[in-house]
Amino acid sequence: MLACHECDLLQTAPAHAAYGVCCARCGCRLLPGPSYQPATSLALVLAGLLVFILANVFPVVGLEAGGVRTATTLLGTAWQLAQQQMQPVALLILLTGVLLPGLELLCLLYLLLPLTLGHAPRGFAAVMRLVRILHPWGMVEVFLLGVLVSLVKLAHMAAVHPGIGLWSFFALILLLAGSASRFDAGLLWERYQACRATR
Amino acid sequence: MPRYPLKTAARHGLWSCHGCNLLCRLPAAAQQSAWHCPRCGAALHRRKPHSLQYAWAFLIAAIICYIPANLLPIMLTDMLSGTQRDTIMSGVVYLWQGGSWPLALVVFIASVLVPLLKILSMLLLLLTVHWRSRWAPRQRTRLYRLLEVVGPWSMLDIYVVGLLVALVQLQSLATIKAGPGAIAFGAVVVLTMLSAMYFDPRLIWDVFEDDDE
Repeated sequence: MLACHECDLLQTAPAHAAYGVCCARCGCRLLPGPSYQPATSLALVLAGLLVFILANVFPVVGLEAGGVRTATTLLGTAWQLAQQQMQPVALLILLTGVLLPGLELLCLLYLLLPLTLGHAPRGFAAVMRLVRILHPWGMVEVFLLGVLVSLVKLAHMAAVHPGIGLWSFFALILLLAGSASRFDAGLLWERYQACRATR
Repeated sequence: MPRYPLKTAARHGLWSCHGCNLLCRLPAAAQQSAWHCPRCGAALHRRKPHSLQYAWAFLIAAIICYIPANLLPIMLTDMLSGTQRDTIMSGVVYLWQGGSWPLALVVFIASVLVPLLKILSMLLLLLTVHWRSRWAPRQRTRLYRLLEVVGPWSMLDIYVVGLLVALVQLQSLATIKAGPGAIAFGAVVVLTMLSAMYFDPRLIWDVFEDDDE
């Protein structure tokens, strides 16, 4: 028995759905297909964390004009805005670009690593709730589009150099999208309960 | 004759937990306030609590911020020739005249069209729920789903301004500063996202059952 979380229709899921289950009334996706494996999600999250570090350490774009070179990372962008008395905007960029996606990846790691190994992590419910709250606020893919727009805007006034950070951000959004499309709260809860029962 | 003769979980005395989606059965004499999900411990509600009040509040705040967001400059460019003030619209025009019209289109959609359509769609959803409208519930649910997907994309201009500010610090040639419009624009994005998050799409469907009783 399932209740759709968008229209609250009560319905029974078919026993062996090959492609996942959608709501009969409003078409909302209710269950993922049978290919779901926590180990794959864990691999995506681990790779995502590594790339996330690269993306924030190396400069995203560099600019060269009249012998002056500047380069920036996402953190540098927030820092520069804060220097100009634009703290609200700086905070917004810092949170949506760096802190919240990073925290979400760490939370997912904390959930998936023990579950893959067959242990039940402590504070599972609280971390699950945190992931649910954090997820809509991660905007790494929007940042990447922002980089492309600024590259074009700057290209006519100076020489621009895409950095390692930019390529890392490309990889990061692919990994994040992969892990988000596989994330299913209901299945993780079932796994958690199974792990607790066998201990 | 009801057009949607199907029953919701709430009608069967089952509430799904907002934290973990577990369906919970409510005993007949349950104290509403004292109910918690047996699996994750979150408080149980039939629908998101005070959904419409929160959604309206955030939406009205977003509409108020929308005016300075579009009128005030979001970017100030100091050059030898003087200071150039760019609003969101003038940034789009600048890209268009520079010959990169696909990009101008992307920026126009992300920073002008999406916030405006988001505000109008939330108004439509909230008003139809208020008037207990039975009009096109499936399409309205789909509209809501679309709102949640496109929500973050209007942050595009904030990131662009941030990057330009950080990169263009060429002391003698040009420096770029963020303008007050950027704060208002960021607020619009956050407020419309909050409004959509607090809205409960199940309210669209509740009318059908209440009327059929």
